[in-house]
Amino acid sequence: MMLTLSHFIVLGAILFCIAIAGLFINRKNLIVLLMALELMLLAVNINFVAFSRFNHDVAGQVFVFFVLTVAAAESAIGLAILVLLFRHRRTVNVAEIESMKG
Amino acid sequence: MITAQLFQLLCFYFFATVTVGAALSVITLRNTVHAVLALILAFFSTACIWMLAEAEFLAIALIVVYVGAVMVLFLFVVMMLDLDQEKLREGFVKFLPVGILVAVVMLLEMLALIGVRTMRSYVMGANPAAANGHSNSAWLGKALYTHYLLPVEIAALILTVGMVVAVMLTLRQRQHRVANKRQVIAEQVNVRARDRVRLVKMDAAGPTEPPVSRAPEKETR
Repeated sequence: MMLTLSHFIVLGAILFCIAIAGLFINRKNLIVLLMALELMLLAVNINFVAFSRFNHDVAGQVFVFFVLTVAAAESAIGLAILVLLFRHRRTVNVAEIESMKG
Repeated sequence: MITAQLFQLLCFYFFATVTVGAALSVITLRNTVHAVLALILAFFSTACIWMLAEAEFLAIALIVVYVGAVMVLFLFVVMMLDLDQEKLREGFVKFLPVGILVAVVMLLEMLALIGVRTMRSYVMGANPAAANGHSNSAWLGKALYTHYLLPVEIAALILTVGMVVAVMLTLRQRQHRVANKRQVIAEQVNVRARDRVRLVKMDAAGPTEPPVSRAPEKETR
């Protein structure tokens, strides 16, 4: 019994599917949607780290570094937009944000 | 007797269970603050798993960047906004079957695709960084600052732009715009030349007598 690549990849797949389910069942709360996106990025990062470790290639860990960078910028801008939205509409309910509907 | 490899495996199972449990509670908890705290737990146990994979720098970076900065930002926003918790959970039961169905089907497809059994042969070998005589940080840093120098600088630019955008978006518009230098496009377009420049007709100045301001001095003499 040893730690193999499939352990990491299965964990990544499970986390990604939990995040997908989170996107589906939390259709109202924009904050939880953002958190589900963070979970998805985390699942992808687990795969990158595992492949980097098992293939002896530094590129995977470098890419995780950039994913972390972009995810931090994304969540900062996303939360700023969220605050702006709440200031205007007094809600973060996705169902009520429909002014761009054709 | 527990060997080192078996102990590693047991640690992995423990951390993975905590991660999956925390991820499940992120998407199911009713209170958003509790969901953020569960997400912090998920990030932390993922960092532990990365430690098992001997990616020490990224594990610490995940804790510092995510738990230290991004999740605290999430907590601030969640606590700042006065959310109606009950109303936000309205469609929860309605979308639950669809969500679970999609997730389970996707998981089965992924497991079939990646071929779990064939990957059993990929056993974690020697640490690639230690094989070169470096620590993990040195291994990653050498790659980042030589081969990936341009992407690192672009990443820095992205972070700067992200910060500027976040500040610009949330800066409140004050009365008379004293506090911030926000552009008002309509005023800029509507401006006339006479609002900005005042032309004054004057006589050409010739050689003048000594200035009038010296008059008080004459009185003192």
